[in-house]
Amino acid sequence: MLRLPRFSYLRPESVAEAVQILSEYGDRARVVAGGTDLVPKMKRGQIEPEVVVGLGHLDELRQIRPTEDGGFEIGACVTLTEVVSNPILRSAYPGYVKAAGLVSSPALRNSGTIGGNLCVDTRCNYYDESYEWRKALGFCMKKDGDICRVAPASATCRAIASSDTAPAAISMNATVVLAGTNGKREVPVASLYQDDGQFYITKAADEILVSLRMPEPGEWKSSYVKVRSRGSIDFPLVGAAAAVRMNGSLVEACRIVITAVGPQPLDVSQAAEPLLGKAIDPAILEEVATDAAKPARPLDNADLSYVWRKRMTRRAIEQAIREAAEVA
Amino acid sequence: MTNVVTETSSDLRVIGKSLPRVDAVGKLIGLTAYADDMELPNTLYCKLLRSHHPHARVLSIDTSAAKALDGVAAVITGEDLPIKYGIMPTSQDEHALENEKVRFVGDPVAAVAAVDEETALAACRLIKVEYEPLEAIESIEHALLAPSDEPIHDYAGPGNIHRMGALEFGDVDQGFENASHIREDVFFYEGNTHLPMEQHSAIATFVGDQLTLWSSTQNPHYVHRALARVFDMPMGHIRVVAAPHGGGFGGKSDPFSHEMAVCKLAMVTGRPVKCTLTREEVFYVHRGRHPVLMWVRTGVSNDGKILAMHFRTALDGGAYGSYGPASMLYTGALQTTTYNIPAYRFEGVRVFTNKAPCGPKRGHGTPQPRFALELHLDKIAEEIGLDPVELRRRNYVKPYTRTINHLRITSCGIEEVTDQVIEASGFLNRKRRLGHGMGFAISSYMCGAGLPIYWNKLPHSECIIQVNRGGVSLYCGATDIGQGSDTVLATVAAEQLGLQPTDIRITSGDTGLTPVDLGSYSSRVTFMAGNAALQAAHEMRNILVEAVAEKMECSPQEVMVGDGKIGELTFEEAATLAQEKLGVLATRGSYAPPPNIGGKFKASGVGPSPAYSYSAAVVDLDADPYSGEIQLNKVWLAHDIGRSINALAVKGQVEGGVYMGLSEAMMEGQLYRHGLHKQPSMLDYKSFTFFEMPEVDTFLVETVDLEGPYGAKEVGQGPLLPVIPAVASAVHDALGVWIDEVPITPDKIMRALDAKAKGREGRYGPKNFPKISYPSIVKVPPFDASSSPF
Repeated sequence: MLRLPRFSYLRPESVAEAVQILSEYGDRARVVAGGTDLVPKMKRGQIEPEVVVGLGHLDELRQIRPTEDGGFEIGACVTLTEVVSNPILRSAYPGYVKAAGLVSSPALRNSGTIGGNLCVDTRCNYYDESYEWRKALGFCMKKDGDICRVAPASATCRAIASSDTAPAAISMNATVVLAGTNGKREVPVASLYQDDGQFYITKAADEILVSLRMPEPGEWKSSYVKVRSRGSIDFPLVGAAAAVRMNGSLVEACRIVITAVGPQPLDVSQAAEPLLGKAIDPAILEEVATDAAKPARPLDNADLSYVWRKRMTRRAIEQAIREAAEVA
Repeated sequence: MTNVVTETSSDLRVIGKSLPRVDAVGKLIGLTAYADDMELPNTLYCKLLRSHHPHARVLSIDTSAAKALDGVAAVITGEDLPIKYGIMPTSQDEHALENEKVRFVGDPVAAVAAVDEETALAACRLIKVEYEPLEAIESIEHALLAPSDEPIHDYAGPGNIHRMGALEFGDVDQGFENASHIREDVFFYEGNTHLPMEQHSAIATFVGDQLTLWSSTQNPHYVHRALARVFDMPMGHIRVVAAPHGGGFGGKSDPFSHEMAVCKLAMVTGRPVKCTLTREEVFYVHRGRHPVLMWVRTGVSNDGKILAMHFRTALDGGAYGSYGPASMLYTGALQTTTYNIPAYRFEGVRVFTNKAPCGPKRGHGTPQPRFALELHLDKIAEEIGLDPVELRRRNYVKPYTRTINHLRITSCGIEEVTDQVIEASGFLNRKRRLGHGMGFAISSYMCGAGLPIYWNKLPHSECIIQVNRGGVSLYCGATDIGQGSDTVLATVAAEQLGLQPTDIRITSGDTGLTPVDLGSYSSRVTFMAGNAALQAAHEMRNILVEAVAEKMECSPQEVMVGDGKIGELTFEEAATLAQEKLGVLATRGSYAPPPNIGGKFKASGVGPSPAYSYSAAVVDLDADPYSGEIQLNKVWLAHDIGRSINALAVKGQVEGGVYMGLSEAMMEGQLYRHGLHKQPSMLDYKSFTFFEMPEVDTFLVETVDLEGPYGAKEVGQGPLLPVIPAVASAVHDALGVWIDEVPITPDKIMRALDAKAKGREGRYGPKNFPKISYPSIVKVPPFDASSSPF
């Protein structure tokens, strides 16, 4: 089988110590919790840390607690399974919990964490193979090479944002708490990502994502629709998160976030404008979904054709809004 | 040989019962030692260095840095293994390690033995290979053109053509002339791979002058032969043991580089050497389903009777010969075992390309034409306004007949399997709703190839049964690859000896200990090794019965056998009695197919079998008219098994076949891009999970074949075949579009729906069939009926 390369494993006693280690090693270190993303990528030589810093054992990262503003703070090392099986979270944030439940397979959700999923590496079928395969193909800019294989004219890497929970969290206006050498800061989940598949995450090398803060759900209803080849295991080919606030049968507010159609999740809520103040009508919904899907730029670097994935974006958005608003 | 037993099912004590398989407990508790589980003292670990180029000349290989690495015991290259081999006598075109040129990304060029895998891999990366790249051939169309620099192989040809065939039976032109309706269609079936759960693994020792190889192989017999050739050693100094298997499906049927490498490295180092492939390497070793382009033209009468058929195929063989000559002929051989085709012309070609070599996968060469043929008949039925089931029934073969291409049909449950699925599924009265569809298809498969892979007069299967102090040991060269053949042999012997299957100790798939069996391919083991076991067991039964009769002073006919007793004695007492009287108690059985089951023309070796199984499927699905996504609801599968040796094991094989068929029908594809495999991982090579798998209703039809052991026929491959066209047919039923290409994916369905919405033909598939210079047609005279009763 593929072998893990040699590395040092460090087991800090606290987040503060972990941050200290990261500031010392910088890019040469990676944190690990569930390991479901990092370990296979290390075996394939996509990520080659000298030092791996374990976080999964830290109790301070494994709490789910209510916040003062009526929301919840979920520790980064809470597993996806723990989120899925939490009835309070499920009723408060159905979209987010649904997304967590659609990540990979049960075994990997038992190991994989919510922080890990928010930080999950971008994916590309010119990149997600072994060192030998990438050498045969020619390396790409994301690792060992200097051009983007799927879009050779692109100045940046076009690997695909592949977190299911990120769009759902963004649609709820969630934030994350990052701990670094200069203390903690809280930033919107939306600002955690950027339009570059290589440097897809904005947190600094010495920062650790310590928790996800979900605001008070209030009247917001939410859902998440995932398009993929199979009912399990697969990463999203398209993901659409929707959150709506209804006033009776009328839409008061609507947020839409799509993913897996480019290097970062895209907030396309402005396209929902025609729905505001109206009942959910199929014609308006189609117009909104069509408009919201426009920024989607799927490329030929995932399963099935990109034309199909583009068209499924519209469908996923429509379904997500219907599900969130609980209309058939 | 004919069946020595004619019991009705009520007389049978273990045959046909749903009993646990004899290997089940060991596998359940994790005690079964697969090849990779074997640990011998001082084992070295082997890694192969594989080509990064699809097609290149090897200019030089420098192993000095690798040899100097700490922990490396030996490094070998093609110079150390100069003799070529290949599974078929006509395709001896593989070097274990290539040192002249590489022909696909993944072609091995060097092998390292080191103290651990990590060191071996590091050493591989230190080997410097200088290549001169050549033009890479990536498609059938490309391979048919004259190569711009040089052909992939220096034999066969012209250009990159590996093998061609052109045969005609009956008067095809006349048949088309008489037809009132003629239709032509073009189809494509993408290649796919076996995806066994167990990656290939092999471990070898060389002690004194004895070489022993334990390997996850389906065919120790042929590996044994290949090793003798490559190492120029006497067969008697080589022992090949098929280790317990984690799935073959045809993918472990060739002799492989890693097997040769561990043997050579064991000889060089004097230590055991093991090599277990990574999942990625399994995709490169491949030998899976050939991509096949197909063109079919059929003429029918007003009432839907087939009058003539012309079938053309073009196979993408990948980089080596493998089973290719047979694979090519199989794309034309079995159309006639389901439909009575009075005039039939077949033209086939297999080309070399710079991809992982294709070979046999479950159904070997027949799922592709079966997909094309069944869909083609659906289209004809639609055009002439006949129900597709009725059209087929009007053309079904009859039992105990000869096909136009000289194949002998014996027991045949084609009508019965059709009745079963049509009735159970309610196909004919199906309710119509948007996006819902049902599809029906049938098929047939061989119970073992009528001829061995290389010419020899040995029996195809042999079996020895030894009874010693009450214990029964059965020795047979057959290999249990998870299909349950050990259970079949044990059950056949147990029935004869009045025991339970778990009372029989099986030693199988070991060229050092067991007599000849050709291997686990072509669905041959139940029929052939089963008959050999039956003969040996029957003889043992007679010996024991006679000993008991003598003691009881009665005639052998009066001695009842069953429930662990022979007459009044327990089995152990009876066995001891006989052993005291006769000494060693050993009996033997052997099986060779009867003569005259096929024709005598050139290329007639592919297709004949002592019997054929028949299957029918109905698939029920919902297809989304926007996205093309498919939700499978249910599959009904009826299979003519002849007779079940173990009904539970048969159903397991049916369900496995349905699973594999659905998965390749709907998502699998061994795809290439920029000269290399597009997605050699289990995450990105899509195959079904539990989520995609629908409910399967299995119906077993027992036609009790006169020559099968207890009447049994095959089930390992046949049930996969009708599933794929039934899916395509159901998609058409649901959405009114034809997807003439496998896999049938949502994006292809969406494209066909788009075309239909724009007023064009609602179809996705190849536009036309390339112009191919097939050889001139060999017109085969009719079968000489005087040589055989039918």
